Amino acid sequence: MATKQLVQIKVNGRNREAMVEPRLLLVHFIRNIPGLTGTHIGCDTSHCGACTVVLDGKTVKSCTMFAVQADGCELMTVEGLATNGALHPLQEGFKQEHGLQCGFCTPGMLMSSYVLLQKNPSPSEEEIRWGISGNLCRCTGYQNIVKSVQYAAAKMGQGEKHDLPDIA
Amino acid sequence: MTCRTSPEVGGMGHSIKRKEDLRFIQGKGNYVDDVQLPDMVYGHMVRSPYAHARLKGVNTEKAKQLPGVLAVITGEDLAKSNLAWMPTLFFDKQMVLATGKVLFQSQEVAFVVAEDPYTAADAAELVEVDYEELPVLIDPHKALDADAPILREDREQKSNHIFHWEIGDRAATDKVFADAPVKSSVHAIFQRCHPSPLETCGCVADFNRATERLTIYLTSQAPHAHRTLFAIVGGIPENNIRVISPDIGGGFGNKVPLYPGYVCAVVASLTLGRPVKWIETRSENLQSTGFARDYHMTADLAATSEGRILAMRVKTLADHGAFNAAAQPTKFPAGLFSICTGAYDYPTAFCEVDGVYTNKAPGGIAYRCSFRVTEAAYLIERVVDVLAQDLKMDPAELRRKNFISPQKFPYSSPLGWSYDSGNYDAAMKLALDTIGYDALRKEQQEKRARGELMGIGISSFVEVVGAGPSHTYDIAGIKMFDSAEIRVHPTGKAMCRMGTKSQGQGHETTYAQIVAEELGIPAADVTVEEGDTDTAPYGLGTYASRSTPVSGAATAMAARKIRDKAKKIAAHLLECSEEDLDWEPGKFSVKGAPSKSKTIQEIAFAAYTNMPPGLEHGLEAVDYYDPPNLTFPFGTYICVVDIDKGTGEVKVRRFVAVDDCGNIINPMIVEGQIHGGLTEGFAIAFMQEISYDESGNVQGGSFMDYLIPTSVETPVWETGKTCTPSPHHPFGAKGVGESPNVGSPAAFVNAVVDALSHLGVKHIDMPMAPWKVWNILKEKGMVN
Repeated sequence: MATKQLVQIKVNGRNREAMVEPRLLLVHFIRNIPGLTGTHIGCDTSHCGACTVVLDGKTVKSCTMFAVQADGCELMTVEGLATNGALHPLQEGFKQEHGLQCGFCTPGMLMSSYVLLQKNPSPSEEEIRWGISGNLCRCTGYQNIVKSVQYAAAKMGQGEKHDLPDIA
Repeated sequence: MTCRTSPEVGGMGHSIKRKEDLRFIQGKGNYVDDVQLPDMVYGHMVRSPYAHARLKGVNTEKAKQLPGVLAVITGEDLAKSNLAWMPTLFFDKQMVLATGKVLFQSQEVAFVVAEDPYTAADAAELVEVDYEELPVLIDPHKALDADAPILREDREQKSNHIFHWEIGDRAATDKVFADAPVKSSVHAIFQRCHPSPLETCGCVADFNRATERLTIYLTSQAPHAHRTLFAIVGGIPENNIRVISPDIGGGFGNKVPLYPGYVCAVVASLTLGRPVKWIETRSENLQSTGFARDYHMTADLAATSEGRILAMRVKTLADHGAFNAAAQPTKFPAGLFSICTGAYDYPTAFCEVDGVYTNKAPGGIAYRCSFRVTEAAYLIERVVDVLAQDLKMDPAELRRKNFISPQKFPYSSPLGWSYDSGNYDAAMKLALDTIGYDALRKEQQEKRARGELMGIGISSFVEVVGAGPSHTYDIAGIKMFDSAEIRVHPTGKAMCRMGTKSQGQGHETTYAQIVAEELGIPAADVTVEEGDTDTAPYGLGTYASRSTPVSGAATAMAARKIRDKAKKIAAHLLECSEEDLDWEPGKFSVKGAPSKSKTIQEIAFAAYTNMPPGLEHGLEAVDYYDPPNLTFPFGTYICVVDIDKGTGEVKVRRFVAVDDCGNIINPMIVEGQIHGGLTEGFAIAFMQEISYDESGNVQGGSFMDYLIPTSVETPVWETGKTCTPSPHHPFGAKGVGESPNVGSPAAFVNAVVDALSHLGVKHIDMPMAPWKVWNILKEKGMVN
């Protein structure tokens, strides 16, 4: 066991720090230090994308990175998407367009879609499909996820206020 | 179907948005790996690198000396408390931790428990296991050879043969074949696949020494049945076991069996008195937990020269791996495979299946499938296409000529099923019209003339889902009924608990819609809870498309019991007799005086505040529903493919899926299920297989090799529906979650074969990877 190192990461706007083993995966830091369990682990080969988070504005698969590599970085997880209780248009879109079933891939899908829309506010269907191609879903067949992202792109393009959607 | 309730009430037929989504989209789901308990420790499994080897010794000393390690459990340790083996769900037993020898690669050998998961993994590396390699048996066809190694030395029967099962009239079938003018045949392998839900299997076992209660947070599709099995296997009083199946990240059949890791975590928690978490990795999931299919099938059809099917004959070899861990009703060693006669009307059939052991992971489970219905649907839809090819008939025309006509329902199939209802030609016609079949055939002819490869594949499947009835169906002896309990609170809101367990199907929404339909209480006011065996009524769980057919029916029946009592209360409040009351969803009113009425909410309040004399207080009911028959969903799927002659790559240009699952609770959710199931069928058809090399090394053991389609490969799905209600279900529903996975593989394969049929190709085994298609093209001289 190697000497523990201090890691400081700003997670969803809050400073989090811990002494960790250098081999600690970033995803385990996220899930265990601040206890943000929305970021999931679905494989051990970096294929599934359930652990996708946003690190300094870019998506990373947090199972493929050590926490020490993120030292000093700003990190955003699914728990950071909603602001002051108002859902992000992407979250609203996934609910409105039935973009999730079991929900396990959803946090990673949301984070990939978030960065996609930051880079490309009005993506084509093909661009959306490529944008989420690092995230596997076993339930939806992706069709409604594409619609969910389109919903958010349309809503964000209109610059609407993000009201809480109706809970059916 | 027209809706009887307003969108605000949200009964049957409304595409209301899902109640469960709000937590999932905010990262607030509660999956098993999210469970954190004080003092929790972590388990890690030591697994065999060999597929067949004598276990000469397991040395745990170095592992135990690593700081932070609390225990290392071996098979010998478990044997002392008679836990080295456990029963499977199908009259076999399976090693929890190996004793004597190992029988498949990645088999469980030792279980390490440590203060943190990293230390547990380190310690697992320090466990020294001495193996002596034994000859490996991989090919199921060689399992019964005289020189085949006998794998299961624990059995009295010194053979790799597990069972022979047959149904139908062999002699009558052989006679029809002897006289038939046309005979068509296909040998089709439905390859070994894995359900691979995005969340792997795992548990947290928490034995509390003070209360002597064992709580198990479990990735379980059947929490109640699992509680009973833990009680039987572990000898723990069942009242002291609480299984909690929290949010489940997909199941697809993978989470029906009990796995060795669960038992080890329970043993470790009982030993240490601390909560033990064990979460398998993806590789462990693919390499050791319930695989599906691995059916090696031959089907023959006898027909007239005009294309009238006369009889079917099926012979199948089933590879179960090292232990027969099939999850299926005990009277059915080959599950419900005898649905293989399909949507066609002919009187004679015979089907036989032999099961064998090999040095592969144990199974096979029902992957998004009602117990081998997928294999059956694939087989009949494949061989019907071969018959069409042999007869030079259009495959749509051949099917339509042989469909069971709507007037013949309930239909007695040659292998003993009583199909509840169907209108197969209506679904076929809608699919043909939607896709523009005639124009596509014309296009295909033109393309063939230019040397281009295009194919159209049809699959007109019939499913059999929703087991019971309990007189015939059980899991490990427990009868296949299911349950619902509804409690209406004084303020008119309701709580509903079920014996099933959603893994993404949207039960929190759809069951609430059933209550809304039956009682008029808005779905938004109904909370549905499943998965906690301390609170929910006993049930068999969610698999085999049985939630809506069985627990959904129980929900309606429980709601109707409540409505009966509500009527008595309404009569009391309105000072009339029950016979004078009319019901519409949400209220009773006096016949001829509709302004005199009481809403269900007013009645609920009275049930706790102003009960008529002679009636018990409260407004609640429980129902254990035993279905009188199974349900038989069906549909027609049509797939159009283009094949790249340079690469062998198949492009799915269009896919139309017309499903008939009877009356629909939530069209949005049904469509979502169909999208997902088609995508899984697409993956099976084109990219997935768990194969083994000659030494028994698994070749599809991670997402590197076991491919899951991404959004880029996945086609766009076009869906449509017809509606033929089930006559015996309380609200005419049939179940749908598995139809697309059952019906679609044949459509994909039929399309690819159709594209190559003019070259003499009659069959291609899945997965139809580009290299495989390219090799066929090369063999046929289509590649330069």
